[in-house]
Amino acid sequence: MSDFTSGFWNIYIVVLTLIGILGCGLLLWSQSKHKITLPPGSRVQTQTTGHMWDEDLTELNTPMPRWWMWLFYITIVFSLAYLVLYPGLGEYAGKLGWKSAGAYQQELKQAEADYGPLFAKYQQQDLKAVAADPQARAIGERLFLTYCAQCHGSDARGSKGFPNLADNDWLHGGEPDVVKTTIMNGRNGMMPPMAAAVGSEKDVENVAHYVLSLSGSTSDPIKSVLGKPKFSAACAACHGADGHGNQMLGAPNLSDKTWLYGGSADTIMETIRKGRTNTMPAFKDFLGEAKVHVLAAYVWGLSNVKGAAPQ
Amino acid sequence: MSSNTTPEVAVVKMYAAREEIYAREVQGRYASLRWICVWLTQILFYGLPWINWNGRQAVLFDLLARKFYIFGIVLWPQDFIYLAALLIISAYLLFLATAIAGRVWCGFACPQTVYTEIFMWIERKIEGSRSARMRLDRQPASLEKFARKFGKHAAWGAVALWTGFTFVGYFTPIHTLAREVVTLGLGPWEWFWVLFYSFATYGNAGWMREQVCKYMCPYARFQSSMFDKDTLIITYDEKRGEPRGARAKSARADGGALKAKLGDCIDCSMCVQVCPTGIDIRQGLQYECIGCAACVDACNGVMDKVGSPRGLIRYSTDHAMKQGLSGADIRRRALRPRVLIYLAILLAIVVAFGLSLAMRTPLKMDVLRDRGAMGREIEDGMIENVYRLQIMNTSESPHRYRIVVDGLPSLRLAGADEVTLNGTETRSVPVRLRIDGGQAGKGSNKIHIGLQALDESGLQVREEAVFYVPR
Ligand code: SF4
Ligand code: SF4
Repeated sequence: MSDFTSGFWNIYIVVLTLIGILGCGLLLWSQSKHKITLPPGSRVQTQTTGHMWDEDLTELNTPMPRWWMWLFYITIVFSLAYLVLYPGLGEYAGKLGWKSAGAYQQELKQAEADYGPLFAKYQQQDLKAVAADPQARAIGERLFLTYCAQCHGSDARGSKGFPNLADNDWLHGGEPDVVKTTIMNGRNGMMPPMAAAVGSEKDVENVAHYVLSLSGSTSDPIKSVLGKPKFSAACAACHGADGHGNQMLGAPNLSDKTWLYGGSADTIMETIRKGRTNTMPAFKDFLGEAKVHVLAAYVWGLSNVKGAAPQ
Repeated sequence: MSSNTTPEVAVVKMYAAREEIYAREVQGRYASLRWICVWLTQILFYGLPWINWNGRQAVLFDLLARKFYIFGIVLWPQDFIYLAALLIISAYLLFLATAIAGRVWCGFACPQTVYTEIFMWIERKIEGSRSARMRLDRQPASLEKFARKFGKHAAWGAVALWTGFTFVGYFTPIHTLAREVVTLGLGPWEWFWVLFYSFATYGNAGWMREQVCKYMCPYARFQSSMFDKDTLIITYDEKRGEPRGARAKSARADGGALKAKLGDCIDCSMCVQVCPTGIDIRQGLQYECIGCAACVDACNGVMDKVGSPRGLIRYSTDHAMKQGLSGADIRRRALRPRVLIYLAILLAIVVAFGLSLAMRTPLKMDVLRDRGAMGREIEDGMIENVYRLQIMNTSESPHRYRIVVDGLPSLRLAGADEVTLNGTETRSVPVRLRIDGGQAGKGSNKIHIGLQALDESGLQVREEAVFYVPR
């Protein structure tokens, strides 16, 4: 794969590199000895390098140690060997085929080899048993902080639109297996816009107050009485006649004080009018089942194992 | 080289082979001083890793855990500044010493000098004195020559291996390391570093010697910038020594007439024979001179024998030599601006270093706001924000801390407000902070989150954070 449209730059780099290296070698070789022709009769002078300027300005020879020169040659040989083995000469990939991506893959593989057995061990165990294991919980917490805390918060208590995972209220059911299925496959939360089905804006407000009354929150008694028939007609199909919700459909329980989007009349009216869509992504392909297993056990444990939820 | 009648071509070699220097053994004041330095530094170097402190190695640089233990102090990566300060202090100490007394560090305490001294001592024990060594090297191969050479290298190797082992012992617990060496159970990197450091010791002190000082040492290259004419250097007193000449012979030749004209140097070349870098100090200060004062000891010995006063070669300064200054003059001139400035900087850094080390809080905390969950409205109209406190207990004992918050009316913690950390533990603790609705403006509000140790007053940190109220 070439990053250039023509081979010119490739050749340019190769030639410059090689000329540079070989030039260094040549310079070193040509300068390590120096011949001087002495005028006849003069005494041999090895004290100077034989360089002469301005008629009589000569340079004293204080030679460098020879091992120094050899080191220089060795670095030249080393650089050539390096360029044969590793990428460096233009597009030439090197005999070893080393790639930074390959190095990354190798590290991944190493991590897999190091931690794989640990995750495999937990995968064999029942989710409740994993949730009771302190070490597994510590691993789970780290996974959670890395992959889940962005949406559900570091304390797993969620925020607007993101469910609280540290209470015992579940949209799709709180059994360990269900939690695992949720993480594996993700969820699509869908509440359709109901404005048309409910009726006028007045009706929407009445239904909202009825919903508030279901959970025992402060509500207008008259509005809520007026809203009840509308609720039975338009909402009960999913949320149930008494508003207890339906975990098969992911329809929230409206008779408690846990709200996904907020429990004020305004927010509920907005929900009825416009509906809500919500997505929990699937982690199966990304994390793999073994890690999800530990993660699910941790999340389930948050609301079911004493001391597991963050203080 | 050819005759001098025909035109000729001479070849000048720009790189010279190393010539073996057979340094003669020397005794005297400075030689003893050097041996004291050898003993002190080596007892320290070889002994330190074996000392224990609070159930762990007293001095351990744990690179894997990124923690440096130095007796009661545990340094974390965040304390890197102390390491930098230590290096700066060492550098200024060196500058100061060099400005006052030239290459004293080189001649007496530098590891290169110290190990060369040890290796030369071994060499003398096995191959004999200077002349014996020269003879041995000229000899054709023989069983005896082989035995001596082999013995020398084996002994060198043993010292080098022990040095390499000790060196690695500063980075991995040395007791475990010793067990692993005995059972040959060393890891590949431990093998590598033990052998690498051993090889470096063997090569430098056995083979490279003065080459290190002359061509490899960076410090040798720039310390001339700390020298001036009042720096103490090893000098040959030319006025007193010249003209040099062998005494006894000339005295015989002309009945003492020549002797009267001669200076104190009897041209015995002892000063050259003892010099580890193979120079003749009588030619003046040269960059090769490492200031080891071996020539001072040697010449003093000679002067004692011929009955002349000591100090033909001695510590003196360029100014003193040229202007005939007295010892008191030299001492007075030692306190010149250059020295005073080095001294002032050194003192300032040492004081700052000591103070900040003493006032260091062995507790650190980073506050990370949850970005995804900006702020949530919860029951009764309260607003809640979530933070991750990255808490580091950098002391070695467990501590119980209270989390304290302030900055907004009604700001308080939801959940437990105490957290316990074991010694040198790092933990990420999620905390939830709440305010009653309407107690703060919408958007970001500045607050503070602090930790206060319950079992030790003064052990506390306080960090700024942001409380977000949704719009
Ligand atoms: S000249 Fe003297 S002080 Fe300098 S290196 Fe040689 S022996 Fe040591
Ligand atoms: S040791 Fe002293 S007397 Fe002998 S040559 Fe050197 S300077 Fe002269």
